[in-house]
Amino acid sequence: MVPLWMYLVVAAALFSTGLYGVLARRNAIAILMSIELMLNAVNINLVAFWRYQKPGDVSGQVFAAFVFVVAAAEAAVGLALIIAIYRRRQSVIAEDMNLMKW
Amino acid sequence: MFEVPSLSDLNIAATLPVMSLVLGTCILLLADLFVPQERKQLTAWLAVAGLGVSLALSLLSLGDVTRFGDGDEAFAGMFVADTFTDAVNVIALVTALLGVMVAYNYLERTGTQRGEYYVLLLFTTAGVMFMGAAGDLVVVFVALELLSIPLYILSGFRRPQEASEESAMKYFLLGAFASGFLVYGIALIYGATGTTGLHDIWIAVDDIVAGDATSQYLLLIGAGLMLVGLGFKVAAVPFHMWTPDVYQGAPTSVVAYMSVAAKVGGFAALLRVLAAGMPHFVLDAGAPAAWQDTVWLVAVLTMLLGNLVAIVQNDLKRLLAYSSIAHAGYVLLAVAAAGSAGLADESAQAVVIYMMAYAFTNVGAFSVVIAVEKDDASNTGVTSMRGLARSQPWLAAAMALFMLSLTGIPLTAGFVGKWFVFKAAISADLFFAVVVGAVTSLISAYYYLRIVWYMYFEEGDGEAVIPWPLAAAISIAAVGTLFLGVMPYLLTDMAREITLAFGG
Amino acid sequence: MKLNEWIFVGIFMALAWVFPTIPIVLGKLLGPKRPNPSKQDTYECGVETVGPAWVQFRSQYYIFALVFVIFDVELVFLFPFALAFNRLGLFALFEVTIFIALLLVALFYTWRRGVLEWL
Repeated sequence: MVPLWMYLVVAAALFSTGLYGVLARRNAIAILMSIELMLNAVNINLVAFWRYQKPGDVSGQVFAAFVFVVAAAEAAVGLALIIAIYRRRQSVIAEDMNLMKW
Repeated sequence: MFEVPSLSDLNIAATLPVMSLVLGTCILLLADLFVPQERKQLTAWLAVAGLGVSLALSLLSLGDVTRFGDGDEAFAGMFVADTFTDAVNVIALVTALLGVMVAYNYLERTGTQRGEYYVLLLFTTAGVMFMGAAGDLVVVFVALELLSIPLYILSGFRRPQEASEESAMKYFLLGAFASGFLVYGIALIYGATGTTGLHDIWIAVDDIVAGDATSQYLLLIGAGLMLVGLGFKVAAVPFHMWTPDVYQGAPTSVVAYMSVAAKVGGFAALLRVLAAGMPHFVLDAGAPAAWQDTVWLVAVLTMLLGNLVAIVQNDLKRLLAYSSIAHAGYVLLAVAAAGSAGLADESAQAVVIYMMAYAFTNVGAFSVVIAVEKDDASNTGVTSMRGLARSQPWLAAAMALFMLSLTGIPLTAGFVGKWFVFKAAISADLFFAVVVGAVTSLISAYYYLRIVWYMYFEEGDGEAVIPWPLAAAISIAAVGTLFLGVMPYLLTDMAREITLAFGG
Repeated sequence: MKLNEWIFVGIFMALAWVFPTIPIVLGKLLGPKRPNPSKQDTYECGVETVGPAWVQFRSQYYIFALVFVIFDVELVFLFPFALAFNRLGLFALFEVTIFIALLLVALFYTWRRGVLEWL
């Protein structure tokens, strides 16, 4: 059987990929996608911990469901905001949003 | 397999204050559809009614007139209904009531009168209340999102204006980023303890302390990542970068509300997780909890940066944003104190007292900014305060009171809050942090009193628009600030009942 | 998992290659070859494209999609409830009723705001 630490390494790698994406990408949609990657890494962690440590108790699985439902809600609001901004500026580049200094 | 709970295990009566608010908000959402566009004030009144009912229920529960439900737990331990919950409810609802009052005319004159404003504001308030009542990390996470997502939308509520949209975008991207850290932390805590229930975590921590290093590291990193996520919400350094931009761009009525509400929710959850869940997570025998050093270090950085950068700000909203960062530092000091043995309750009381004082003072200060702000969101510079004492003596007096309270001058609410925070920190032997707190409070006097100077000793036209709901909000805030400052025992006697820790 | 259970996966993968390959090869070998321009055209639902394909969709469509995504994902909470319905009893029924009531509130709101009407 695949040991637990392998899942944790994959999750950590995925989380770091997302982290890098958020910090390095300039497109707001790409940043949003990277955030989704981070949340999916969390899901891998949750399900792996559930399977290896408490298979009798469902809370890890249920939490994973909560994570992706919330991620969907967040994405919906985020996309709506991005579209609202795109309509006015024809741009989704985060660095173009510089009315106020970061 | 698992035991199926019965309907009476739900103990839904214990959740009555927040449930009534959620129900009221749903009704408001539907009722608003039938309110014609030119009479959206009706929605505001309905929102006030919904908040009022919930506030009355919370006060009844806090004042021990009646307890709802039997026992402290509802939804099988997911929801905790103790005195801390009641206190958080009262602070959140008072803030929301003031938030609706200051928005009443502001939305109309800035042309953003839409009923959804009040619905979103009430949903956020429910999120804050759920955070204060969290008995499980799932609830912490979902409540945090319920608190955040409406706030993202509210910051962009002034839709045709670019600064508002931009602030919503920044707040959203960084907020979603931070919640990623939060859930990763939760996943690691789940991995270390095998549970997401805070009471079960509290039990599991004893085994972890006695157990192997792997679980200890998992728990430590998990708690650290949760601190990142929640530290972002309360605008603690180094996760504060969004604060000045969002506060400057978002509609001022939203900022008045969210500068307090987001902090109340964030600190309530921090206390639930750190002070209630793992106060005894001690790695060396006799030392304070393993997370204490990090928290007070963050507190020191936050107090220093917030106060020092605020000095050079020339926009009132940016200045108050850095001031709110600084105040997050003071509250974090109280949270850090909870890491010492037996101080969890005292630190929770200090946080409640501080947040109550801060709610009145800060909403009041932003309300004055709303009064002087022009319809196109201009005129929020520090210089807009010039000559206010001559043209609007009462407004200037209220602003002076708020500034003194934010500084922490005796006989104002701010002083009482700082007193209890520093007292808790001294009990926890955090002397260095307390000295930094005292010194930065002195520094903060410079930029707060500069505003008072502008109002009283410089010439200017001092224009302000004060419709009656805004005047009422400022009056309530001023009376609250003064009242808590002159007669602090009214609040502190009540706060003394607050207990947070499991089993002592 | 035992090794011989993996054999089925191997057989399945082999079949997955074989089945599409056979008709393609047979078609090449047996079919008549008479190419003409209309056969070479891009096939799009049998209708020829008018104008560029990179037009923007109505924003109505995107709100519709967002609403769909939300309601679709919420289903994940109903699925475990439906599976374990027999053993859960009144407790779960009560909670699911609250949940569906909340969804209905949202649905009613979107309907009244005209999001569900196709323009």
